[in-house]
Amino acid sequence: MLNIKKICLNVAVTLILPVAAMAQGGDQPAAKPSKHMESHIGNLTGHSEAGAQLYYRYCWGCHGARGNGDGENAPYVTPQPRNFVAATFKCRSTPTGTLPLDSDLFNTLTRGFNFTNMPSWAALTAQQRADLVAFIKTFSARWVAEKPGDPIPIPPEPKLTVESIKHGGELFQKLECWKCHGQEGRGDGPSASTLTDSNDQPIRPFNFASSNRSKCGRTNQDLYRIFMTGVDGTPMPSFADVVKPEDAWDLVHYLRTLQVNNASPELALWAGTKEGAAIINAKKVENTYTGSGVNP
Amino acid sequence: MQRSCTVVLKRGPARSSAGLLFSIFLLALLLLDCRPATALPAFARKYGMPCSSCHEAWPKLSPFGQQFKDNGYQMGNDRDAPIFQQAAYWPVTFRITPIWHRESTNKAQVDNSTFTGSTEAKVTTHGFDLSGLDFHTGGTLAKNFSFYVLPSSDPTASFHFESVWARMDNLAGSTWLNIKMGKFELDNLLSEKRILTLTSISGVYTNYHFQPVGEGYKFGIGDNQLGFEWMGHSKDDRTRISASLLSSNDGQVNLPTNRGYNGYFAASRAFEVGSLGLQRVGGFAYLGEAPTYFQFTNGGPGAGISGTGIGNKGFQRYGLIGMWYIKKFDITTIFFHSSDSPWLGTNTPATPGATLPLGAQSPKWNGGLFESHYNFNPQLILINRYELVRMSQQAFGSAAATPYPSNLGNADVLTFGFRYYPFISSRAGFAYHGEYATIWQKGVSPVTATDLTTSSLLFGFDFAF
Repeated sequence: MLNIKKICLNVAVTLILPVAAMAQGGDQPAAKPSKHMESHIGNLTGHSEAGAQLYYRYCWGCHGARGNGDGENAPYVTPQPRNFVAATFKCRSTPTGTLPLDSDLFNTLTRGFNFTNMPSWAALTAQQRADLVAFIKTFSARWVAEKPGDPIPIPPEPKLTVESIKHGGELFQKLECWKCHGQEGRGDGPSASTLTDSNDQPIRPFNFASSNRSKCGRTNQDLYRIFMTGVDGTPMPSFADVVKPEDAWDLVHYLRTLQVNNASPELALWAGTKEGAAIINAKKVENTYTGSGVNP
Repeated sequence: MQRSCTVVLKRGPARSSAGLLFSIFLLALLLLDCRPATALPAFARKYGMPCSSCHEAWPKLSPFGQQFKDNGYQMGNDRDAPIFQQAAYWPVTFRITPIWHRESTNKAQVDNSTFTGSTEAKVTTHGFDLSGLDFHTGGTLAKNFSFYVLPSSDPTASFHFESVWARMDNLAGSTWLNIKMGKFELDNLLSEKRILTLTSISGVYTNYHFQPVGEGYKFGIGDNQLGFEWMGHSKDDRTRISASLLSSNDGQVNLPTNRGYNGYFAASRAFEVGSLGLQRVGGFAYLGEAPTYFQFTNGGPGAGISGTGIGNKGFQRYGLIGMWYIKKFDITTIFFHSSDSPWLGTNTPATPGATLPLGAQSPKWNGGLFESHYNFNPQLILINRYELVRMSQQAFGSAAATPYPSNLGNADVLTFGFRYYPFISSRAGFAYHGEYATIWQKGVSPVTATDLTTSSLLFGFDFAF
């Protein structure tokens, strides 16, 4: 059952938390950041001392010498670089408002953020990435005062059916996803132009038609996780309290059909129906290849 | 900036050829600095990243920079195409180095006191000078279409095209399918175009250009070549492999020699060793041919018409490379083995019915390179390099009328240097550069054919914008 109040509350928490965290970094912080941190990713143990050397080689230009996102390139980067002092992270496997797991940060470093200046750092060794994760944690007292949240469970993906796609489409309307993402999922909903992130910078909702790579991953599990955790620091709330797992999977299936230029089982199944084929053909834009790699 | 970087070590029995050799040497000193190294603040400006992201110490690439390059100068974030840049953005970088340098050789050819002949003397010179100038333009034309154009000059501003190529990247969505055509640096893991040393001696890798005494053709594995390259790599760039089909003109335009083709193959694999870093091992092979005479001449013997070289004979270059990292310390080791056809080794035209001189045989040699660095931090790097070349078989063996000494042409090169980058930004690069290099060569002094020692000392302000 849709609970608009909870969604609004989530949005408010998402936007207010970073501001509160930044304020906490002011005169009398509740705890001080630790200069020595570790990260634990599988068998790897990262050390902040080693990570510092890497940070000041690779990262400080955007994220700043003090990790507060004010590097020399920050004014020219959209969206702005992450503020590690606020310790608000977009891509998590943990509930909204909580700290991410070390592995979440590690995966972010490895994957990079599509459509931003943050590249994949897969060229670094796994140990180096683990060290960087440990060092990033030295910027905020939150890593001393709090523990990461418990990862949200991701149930097995149910069988893909036309019905699940249709139901997902209904949820897309009910949850008012279209207000931001647009009816065709092109990120051009009526609210899109008004949205701002936790840095008070304009932010555009994800354009599903442009790519099958969202910021937090490209698999169906990644999409599912985004619904449930939200994208902290952005207006994208968590739907963990308002969407049942099976409904979330239906929504995932539907969103794949919005990616009309990226082959997927969902798109193929939807295109095989008369209704789906008509919608997909109406959405496709032909003969306008821009060479940008982003579909129109 | 790139000129003839070939280290041609000729024997001195004939004074005319020895004089020529020394003239070439002096010219090399004057031109100085063969590196058109590629360090591009243009890329840093585009992506807003400091030099140190892509370069361990510019122009030397880091693994991240190597991956960026292999991926067609793309980060892979769907923001690489020019359409995402401000319309005014133009990916241009220039690089030049004002220097002070001292050059010295212990046996230079000079006139004798009566001006009736030549003798040898120690010659030393020093002063303020300039390197050549490089204009780098490179980047993406569209997603998965990359390019590079590098007009490069010597210190007198005489330009040539050092690199010009276009590349189709990630064909069919695969990182294993990248096709490049034009003039480009071979897929050498230890890039000479990104060399950290600048002197007339160590601005190039001796092993990349070594040719035995007496040869007439020109080739250097460090020279940019004209051709077509297929290159593939794993997504994380740990595995790299490439094959190239090249015109056998050593990268010279206008088809100056023949119609032959050469092949170059390189492969490597990197692996992680705990906290030590990324280690890489690999190998390469260059299989080439060169003409021994021209089919048509115009103006008398020796005045060959370009592109009509025939009587092609083969040469080979092989190598095994290891790049070893122990945290801030790293060392690159290369073993080289090379051989040339006896026709090329003895500089004998392979005309129909021709025979080789008595005692002629394939010249063969082995080489080693040890280059180590200590990265105190992204701002300071110490450099040491030792190269050696040892002839294992001379072109004129013991059965020849005038056999070559077994060690003729052997070379040892030792280099020390540092580079300090007073600032690291995404807009420009600057380095204080200091370096000393010396080379010892067996039997190649210009008049007496005895051992030759040459040294070079250099300080410079190396900058790029």
